[in-house]
Amino acid sequence: MTESSGRQRSVPMDVDASRRRLRIDGLGIIASTSGAGFVYGLAARAAGFSPIEASSMSVIVFAGASQFAAIGFVLGGFSWLGVVLLTAFLNARHALYSAALAPYLVDQPRLLRAALAHVLTDESFALSIAHFRRIGRADLPGYWWAAIVTVFIPWNLATLAGVLIGGQIPDPSRFGLDVIFPAAMAGLAVGLVTGRRELTAALAGAISGVAVGLAWDPAAGILAGGLLGPVVGLATPRRPREDPPEAFIVFGPTPPGESDGTVPG
Amino acid sequence: MSTQLVWLAVLMAAATYPWRAVPLLVPAVHRLPRAAQEYLRLVGPAVLAALAAVNAMVAIDSTRHPSLHVGIEWPAIALCVLIVAARRGLLLGLVAAAGLAALARALGLA
Repeated sequence: MTESSGRQRSVPMDVDASRRRLRIDGLGIIASTSGAGFVYGLAARAAGFSPIEASSMSVIVFAGASQFAAIGFVLGGFSWLGVVLLTAFLNARHALYSAALAPYLVDQPRLLRAALAHVLTDESFALSIAHFRRIGRADLPGYWWAAIVTVFIPWNLATLAGVLIGGQIPDPSRFGLDVIFPAAMAGLAVGLVTGRRELTAALAGAISGVAVGLAWDPAAGILAGGLLGPVVGLATPRRPREDPPEAFIVFGPTPPGESDGTVPG
Repeated sequence: MSTQLVWLAVLMAAATYPWRAVPLLVPAVHRLPRAAQEYLRLVGPAVLAALAAVNAMVAIDSTRHPSLHVGIEWPAIALCVLIVAARRGLLLGLVAAAGLAALARALGLA
């Protein structure tokens, strides 16, 4: 992924600085994941799931949207085959995440990549792709932090809390926790915008996602946004002085002592 | 304690894992044509923006029928985007977004 010469090249951010940024950004994701996991636990409890069943979904499936949908379909008396097909449909977008991360992780052992795949979620993708692009390469500790510490552990603990003690705790939406997930995804998308193409891809992804989501189904909308947005982005010419594809992104002020010369979007 | 749905979880995982794993495990993904690599690079902003927009603007009822949702989520997300774009940090943006939503709800405005 290299660009022709003549463009300003970015210096990758220091790994430790990028990890600090990852941990700080992850705090908001932890709050969001905990709130959603708790609500999932509550919903599972209300639907008659036992703690083992609710937790096994969170550990083994580890995909929030399909877990919520499964509760509705189990309650509605759907066949297991229908639930499984719906799950495959809802989670198809993960293939996009996996494909986008693959070039960074291609040198890792196959078994390790297989393990990395299980904890690939919306949130872990958003945090890790931003981190990888900041430093210009893969960073496994950063990935594990994003996937395990920021998402897997909070999601599972919150599921357990929701299904065991849920009724005694107020609705998380009272504290605005339900807004954090879409806000985090939007904020992380902004952070990935380093030029005209990325901006176009993001806008096209959002517009096509909502259009298809309204016309058909939200899951189809997300998939359509992820597929169509880059097509529109590719059709957009780069400005001559835009950063090359390896350009890293910066959330917030540049840490002291770092000189990067990169300005997002 | 019932454990019957653990098997459903296993089947759901079997339907999910290939999406997550296959592209990561396909050999020679780094030798894709340049246009394909550029496409994959743009997937990040596109899919995250789609996730945010669909989550905030599309609501579904119990039969998964979609409808346009208008609510406090819109200005809350816009506030977060503005804060991140002003390079003030994602965490501050998320706190501001959640705070705005909580305040509006407490005041009965949302």
